[in-house]
Amino acid sequence: MSTFIQTLIVGIRLGSVYALVALGYTMVYGIIRLINFAHGDFIMVGGYTMIFTVPVALALGLPAWAAVAAAAVVCALVGMGTELIAYRPVRKKGSNMTALITAIAMSLFLENLAQAIPAIGPNPKVASQIFAPGGIEIGTVTLEYTTIFTIIISAVVMLLLYWFTQRTRMGRAMRCVAEDKAAATLMGINVNNTILLTFAIGSGLAAVAALMYMAQYPRIYTTMGSLLGLKAFVSAVLGGIGIIPGAVLGGVVIGLVESFTTSYISSSMADTFVFLILIIVLVLKPAGIMGKNVGEKV
Amino acid sequence: MKKLGRTGQGYLLNTIIIVLLFTAAQLVTAAFGGEGSFKLVLVPSIWQCCYLMILAASLNLVLGFLGQLSLGHCGFMAVGAYTAALLSLACERAELFKDKEGVVFILVLFACVLAAGILSALIGLLVGIPALRLKGDYLAIITLGFGMIIINIINNLPFCGQDGLALGSAAASLYKNGLGFGTKSKVEFLWAALLVTIISITLMFMFVRSKYGRAIRAIRDDEIAAAASGINTSYYKVLTFAYSAFFAGVAGALYSCTNATLSTSSFAFTNGGILNSTFIVVMVVLGGMGSITGSVAAAVIMFFINYQIKNGSWVDALPAAVQAVFQYPMLVYAIVLIVVIMFRPRGIFGSYEFSLINLKRDLKAALERRAAARSERKEARSNG
Amino acid sequence: MAEKTPVLETRKLGISFGGLKAVNDFNIKIYPGELVGLIGPNGAGKTTVFNLLTGVYAPTEGTVILDGQPLNGKKTYQFVAAGVARTFQNIRLFRNMTVIENVKAAFTKDVGYNLFHASFRTKKFWETEKKLTDKAMELLDICGLADKADVLASSLPYGRQRKLEIARALATDMKLLLLDEPAAGMNPTETAELLECINTIRKRFGVAILLIEHDMSLVMNICQWIQVIDYGQTIASGLPEEIAANPRVIAAYLGE
Repeated sequence: MSTFIQTLIVGIRLGSVYALVALGYTMVYGIIRLINFAHGDFIMVGGYTMIFTVPVALALGLPAWAAVAAAAVVCALVGMGTELIAYRPVRKKGSNMTALITAIAMSLFLENLAQAIPAIGPNPKVASQIFAPGGIEIGTVTLEYTTIFTIIISAVVMLLLYWFTQRTRMGRAMRCVAEDKAAATLMGINVNNTILLTFAIGSGLAAVAALMYMAQYPRIYTTMGSLLGLKAFVSAVLGGIGIIPGAVLGGVVIGLVESFTTSYISSSMADTFVFLILIIVLVLKPAGIMGKNVGEKV
Repeated sequence: MKKLGRTGQGYLLNTIIIVLLFTAAQLVTAAFGGEGSFKLVLVPSIWQCCYLMILAASLNLVLGFLGQLSLGHCGFMAVGAYTAALLSLACERAELFKDKEGVVFILVLFACVLAAGILSALIGLLVGIPALRLKGDYLAIITLGFGMIIINIINNLPFCGQDGLALGSAAASLYKNGLGFGTKSKVEFLWAALLVTIISITLMFMFVRSKYGRAIRAIRDDEIAAAASGINTSYYKVLTFAYSAFFAGVAGALYSCTNATLSTSSFAFTNGGILNSTFIVVMVVLGGMGSITGSVAAAVIMFFINYQIKNGSWVDALPAAVQAVFQYPMLVYAIVLIVVIMFRPRGIFGSYEFSLINLKRDLKAALERRAAARSERKEARSNG
Repeated sequence: MAEKTPVLETRKLGISFGGLKAVNDFNIKIYPGELVGLIGPNGAGKTTVFNLLTGVYAPTEGTVILDGQPLNGKKTYQFVAAGVARTFQNIRLFRNMTVIENVKAAFTKDVGYNLFHASFRTKKFWETEKKLTDKAMELLDICGLADKADVLASSLPYGRQRKLEIARALATDMKLLLLDEPAAGMNPTETAELLECINTIRKRFGVAILLIEHDMSLVMNICQWIQVIDYGQTIASGLPEEIAANPRVIAAYLGE
C-alpha cells in the first residue's frame, strides 16, 4: 500500500512539471496552431540560467528558488526572439508544414548553440539544492519538501494563469486571437503583440518548470528539454490542445502513467506507455479528452 | 525497330549513363581497390552516401509528394537495420556462409536487404493505418510517437539489447560474423551497394511518375478535391507510407552493412548524430519537397559538407570562433534549414526533377527566366 | 419518363450540426440527361446538399440513391465510383500540378495497371498512359484548355480554373455532375463560354447535371427543372416559369 501511495505522489509531482510545460505548448498552439518544438529547449535555457543565478541569489541572502525570476526573464526573451526571428517570417509565407519544420530547426539550433557556448559546453552540469532537503514522514510514506513545493507552486501558477486568461484584458485578447485573428484585428487587438505576449508567458512558465525539474533531478544538460518537452506535448494533446485545464489534466495523467509503469512494469518501458497513450487518444479522440472535434469546411 | 518517344529516349539515355558509371566504378575499384585513401575514405563515404540517398528519397515520398510530415522515419530505418543484422547473424550461425565469401553470401546479402525492406513496410502499414487518419501537426506527433515506441521496443527485445547488438545476446560483432563490412569488404561489395541504391531510386522514381504519383500529389494539394475526383485517399496514403518505409528499411540494411555494431541511440529522434530524423528532413527540404533527384543530390552534398566540416584540413585554417561552431554542425544545418524555409518554402529545387535529356531545354528556360526577370527589374528601375 | 430509374434520388435526406438542422427532408429525383437547378438565398444549405450528395458529410437522416444503389455509409471516392462528380464553389484544384495532370489524376480509379506495371514500365503501362493522355486532351479540348495542358493549374486565370474543375470532374466518367456556382465571378463572355461548354457536355456525354447558381437569368434559361431551398427546407420545385411566379420563392429572396 505504501508503494502505491508513494508512486501516486511521485506521479502527481512529475505530472505537475509536465502540466507546467504543457501549458506553454498549449498556449502557443492555441494561438498560432504551431507545435513549438523549441519549447522543451526553453526549459534547458531556464535550467542553465539558474546554474548561474542560483549562486547569485544565495550570495544576496535570498532563497535558491528566487533565482527563477531571472530565468523567467531570460526564457521569455528567448521565446519572444524565436517568434520574431523565425516563426513570424515563416508564418507569413509558408504553410503549416514549413512552420513545423522551422520549429524543429529552432529546437535543434538552441540545443546545439548551447553546446557551442564555452560557458555551457556539451557536458552536464550539476545544480545546487533548490528546496530544503528532507521531508515529512506520514506513517510509512515520506513526503519530501521538494514534492510539496513542486505541487503547490504548480497549482498556484496554473490558477494565476487561468485567472489571467479569463479575467484580464490581455488574457481576453489572447483568447480572441486564438479564436479568430481577423475578427480580433477588427476589434482593435494588436494580433502580433498578443502572440508575442503569449510566447513570453509560455516561455516564462518553462523557467518555472525548469526550477521544478532541477529540484528533482539536479542535472542540467543541453538536450534535457527534448524528451521532457515531448512528454509535455503529449500531455497537452491528451487533455485537448489549446485548452488550459486540459493541459493540467493531461500532465497529471501522463505523470501518473509514467510513475506507475516505472514502479509496476518496467522503467525502460515507461516511454512506450506514454506514447502508446498518445496514439490511442489521437486515434480515438483526436481533439483530446476535453477538446471538441472540428471538421474542415468545404 | 519501334520508334521511341521523348520519354523513351530519356530512359534509354539514363540507362546508358547509369550502366557506364556503374562499369566505371567497377573498373576503378578493380584498379585502386586495395590502396590508400580510395579504400579508407572514398569507398566508405560512398556506402554512407548510398543509404543517405535512399533515406532522403524515401522520406520525400511522404513529405514532398504526399505532403505529410512524418517524424518517425528513422524508426523504420532501425527496423531494417536490425532485421538485416539479425538475419545475417542467424545465417552465419546456421553455417550458410563463412568469412563473407561465395555465392551464398551474396544471396544472403540481398535476402537481408529484401527482408529488411519487407519487415519495415509491414511495420509501416501497421503504423500508417491508424496514423494516417490524422493530418498535419497531429500526424507529425503521432509518427514521432510511433518512432519512439519502435526504438523503445527494439531496446527491450532480449535479442537486440539496449547497448547495441554487439553487446546484446546476439553477442557477436557484425564485422566478424554478420553483414558488417570492414573496409576491404566494402571495396569488394561496393557494386552491391550501388546496385541496391540504383534499383531503389529507380523504383521510387517510377512510383512518382505514374498514377500513384499523380494520386498522392493530388492528395497533397487538396485532399477533399482528390477524394471528389474518385481517389481512394486513405488507400494511397497508407500505400505510400508503407512504400516509403520499405525503402527506409533497405537504407537501414545498408547502414548495418557499414557498421560493426548497432545501437538504437543512433536512430532516436532526440540525438545529435547525423542520422536523426531531423537531418533527413533537412536533406529533403534542401533538395526540394517533391524532387527525387533533388533529394539524391542533397544527400550527397550534405554528406560531403558534413565530412568536410569534421575532417577537412582547411577547417584548421579558419578562425577559432568558426571552428568552435563547426564542432556542432547541426547548429549550421539548423540555420541553413531556417533560411531555406524562409526564402524557398518548397526547398531549393522545389519539385524540379533533374533530367539529362531535358537538361539543355531546362537550362535555356532558366536562363530566359533570369534574363526576363533582370530586364523587368531594369525597366522597373528606369520607370522610377 | 416516370418508368426510368432516376440517376439520383434522395429520400428524406437531412443533416444536423449540433442542434442546427442544416438540411431537412430533402427529396429530389433527377433523370438521365436532365439539367436541374438548385437555388436558394445565401446560407440556405445548397452546398451542404452537395456535400451530402458526394459523401463529404454523412447524413444524419435519409438516404442518397445513385442509379438505384443506396450509398449509406460510403466514402466520397465510393460516391464518385458510383457515378457522381462535382466542382467546388471555392475552386479546389491541384494547384502544384499541371493542367493535364489535374485531369489525369481524376482517372486514377479507372487506371488498370498496378505497382508491378509501374515499376517495370511494362507495355501495359505505356499503353495505358498513352490512352490517358489522349483522353485527357480530349476533355481539355471540350473545355477549351488544350493549349494550356502543360502549365501549372494555379497559373490559369480564374475563369479557366473553373473550367478545369469541370474537365477534372468529367474525367471521373460520371452519370451525374454537380456544379457549385460555376459562373460565380465570371464576366458575361466567360459565362457564355461556360454555357457552351455545359451544352457540349450534355450532348456529348448525356449526363445529368445539378446546378447551384446565383445568376437567376442563367438558371431560368438553361434548367429544365428547379428546386428551391431556404433554411434547409425545400420551399418549391417546378418548371422555371412556375418558380419565377411562386410567391414563397419571391418572399425568400426578398427576405420577408
